[in-house]
Amino acid sequence: MKGAARLVALDRRARDLGLAPGLTLADARARVPELLAVAADPAADTGLLERLADDCERFTPLVALDLPAGLVLDITGCTHLFGGEAGLAAALRARLERAGLTARAAIAGTPEAARAAARFGRARTDRAAIVPPGAEAAAARPLPVAALGLSDEVAVALSRAGLKTVGDLADRPSRPLAARFGEELPRRLARLVGAEDVRITPRREPAPVIVEERFAEPIGRAEDIEATLAVLAGRTVAILEARGEGGRLFEASVYRTDGAVFRIAVETGRPSRDVAALVRLFRERIAALDDPLDPGFGFDLVRLAVPRAEPLAATQESLAAGVAEREGGGAEAVADLVDRLAARLGRDRVLRFAARDSHDPDRAARLAPALDKPAATLAWSAPDPDEPPGRPLQLFDPPQLIEALAEVPDGPPLRFRWRRVLHEVARAEGPERIAPEWWRAPAGTPARDYYRLEDRDGRRFWVYRAGSYGEDARPRWYLHGLFP
Amino acid sequence: MRATPEKATRETLAALRGAIARLGAGVVPDAGRKVAGTFSLGAAAPDEILGGGLPRAALHEVFSAGSADAPAAAGFGLALALRAAGDRPIVWIRQEFVDIETGGLYAPGLVAFGLDPDRLILVSAPDPQAALRAAGEAARCPALGAVLIELFGAPKILDLTASRRLSLAAAASGLALFAIRVAGEPTPSAAMTRWRVTGAASAALAANAPGHPTFAATLLRHRAGPAGRTWFLEWNRDRHVFVERASLSGAVAAVPVGRPAAPAEFRRTDFRRTG
Repeated sequence: MKGAARLVALDRRARDLGLAPGLTLADARARVPELLAVAADPAADTGLLERLADDCERFTPLVALDLPAGLVLDITGCTHLFGGEAGLAAALRARLERAGLTARAAIAGTPEAARAAARFGRARTDRAAIVPPGAEAAAARPLPVAALGLSDEVAVALSRAGLKTVGDLADRPSRPLAARFGEELPRRLARLVGAEDVRITPRREPAPVIVEERFAEPIGRAEDIEATLAVLAGRTVAILEARGEGGRLFEASVYRTDGAVFRIAVETGRPSRDVAALVRLFRERIAALDDPLDPGFGFDLVRLAVPRAEPLAATQESLAAGVAEREGGGAEAVADLVDRLAARLGRDRVLRFAARDSHDPDRAARLAPALDKPAATLAWSAPDPDEPPGRPLQLFDPPQLIEALAEVPDGPPLRFRWRRVLHEVARAEGPERIAPEWWRAPAGTPARDYYRLEDRDGRRFWVYRAGSYGEDARPRWYLHGLFP
Repeated sequence: MRATPEKATRETLAALRGAIARLGAGVVPDAGRKVAGTFSLGAAAPDEILGGGLPRAALHEVFSAGSADAPAAAGFGLALALRAAGDRPIVWIRQEFVDIETGGLYAPGLVAFGLDPDRLILVSAPDPQAALRAAGEAARCPALGAVLIELFGAPKILDLTASRRLSLAAAASGLALFAIRVAGEPTPSAAMTRWRVTGAASAALAANAPGHPTFAATLLRHRAGPAGRTWFLEWNRDRHVFVERASLSGAVAAVPVGRPAAPAEFRRTDFRRTG
């Protein structure tokens, strides 16, 4: 049947009534008239999964999505914080249950083994299945071959061959299996039984330095969050100091009790270990947030991570600190100012100019965030002494179309109309011909003849003619910049 | 650290020398960074009227007559900032709308005007409120040379309180603040001086080419001196000084003190003589 609405997922009660995924909605309604059906929304499901994954980062920084409806957590070295594996699984399940979700959990030595145990094992919904270390092979034996996650064709071929469980496959030599069912099968089998261990790829790369503070009683006031960040910043800085590094990017994650996670990142222009400056940056950033931190029922975990750190030599507090302040402290103070402005306005709004090696006026300079390390910049070409400015102070991007009356073939405009105002030209200089960069511009882009103009009111303009009279039917005139 | 007697003497001497310099030329040498003195324009006539120059630790307003004179106001403000800043960095806070209306700042043009773009930190503010907050932040950083705030029109938020706040920040840090008001109308403010700037006809070069940046700058208001004069000033990029245009051509009579400037007539006269 094509074009029929089918069931995608069912809750426990529907399953107990004998419904199964794949059934058409009409059939299901015929069997269970009081069936509640909602349209499937895979994007929203993924969104929910993403939010859950965010929240699960409170257990471990290594979380991966297992689409369409699973999460894989690498809990290596994290379990002792929650009273062992069983404790962690219980805490995780309790959180999910409070969010109104039914979940099955399993802990095993490899991601694939855990996934198979959760999806196909006898895991009960009230307790996590824990596969002891080394027992993956034994635990996998009773599972159906579907636990291998192979393609439908292979699954059908396996069932035709009478191979129903993983145990049936595990006993056989892998070479004939690979020859008959493809190379993928023995590889998946090896991972499932724990013979091969491939780590998960976490959604977010774990930061080299992470510190956190948990609260038995959730906090909600902005002052408390700030104070917590100050404490965490102090601990972070101590760790960074021991590593001989300074942070360039600091990310605070605030976990709300209901699972929402807020992330606030601040960036510094150079490696930093300054607690006071960090706290100030966070304060700026929080004040500038588009949607403020809504505490709801409170935050129960605040984490500070340093995703990007760079070497920073230890500084010596010297008696002559005052002298240094006066002599070399200027650059530091300016860098601090850039950090604060970038925290408040966003990194793309605090800018510096960088020269580019191009004769095209549009490409001669570019603006780069001031936080970024300046690349090996080109020197600005010095102007000729005693010459008036050859380039305008302000440049329009894109250039503005004007109506101009000019002498044919290459005279400057006698008058031109810009923004509905007529300007009578009193002085002019030009043309300065600037050809397009042929390796960049589309073929046929006309060369530009630039003129410096001054009108009768003493305003100076930079205009150009795209193309030339004679070659083009009617070359257009543009205003490109304004001189002071 | 206790100052040794020699050091104390040296400091006293330096302070006295500074005071003498101030009495004599009306200019404090750039050596004393924290000392918020004055900066001169470099042209004799306005400097005389201004009593040696403009105070550094203060807010100065530069109005453009309309949107068309925005580059003149920006250029004049930048020239003042260059005079005030010495070789220290300059922060230029620009409301985004100014970029749209009058074009974005152009680095080769800054070089051509006499500012090394590596000294400039450009802040693009989405609205006047963000611009003012950024300015308040920048004004408290004494390592800077000058801060320029370029706003469009007459934002409501820029009231007496806001300008007073900026003035106090400037006074505390010893930093020169320049508010460039594109197409703005003067409103009550705590600024030390207020200028209205339009473009003026430049001294033509060979083959009637447009010359150096030239401004008709009217001192509308000065808290510590007479106001109302208009000067035609040409910016010399190589020496970083203003040159009075009238003295170059000898064509324009000085506008008497206290009389509202009549730029239109003067410009026309100027133009006829030189062109």
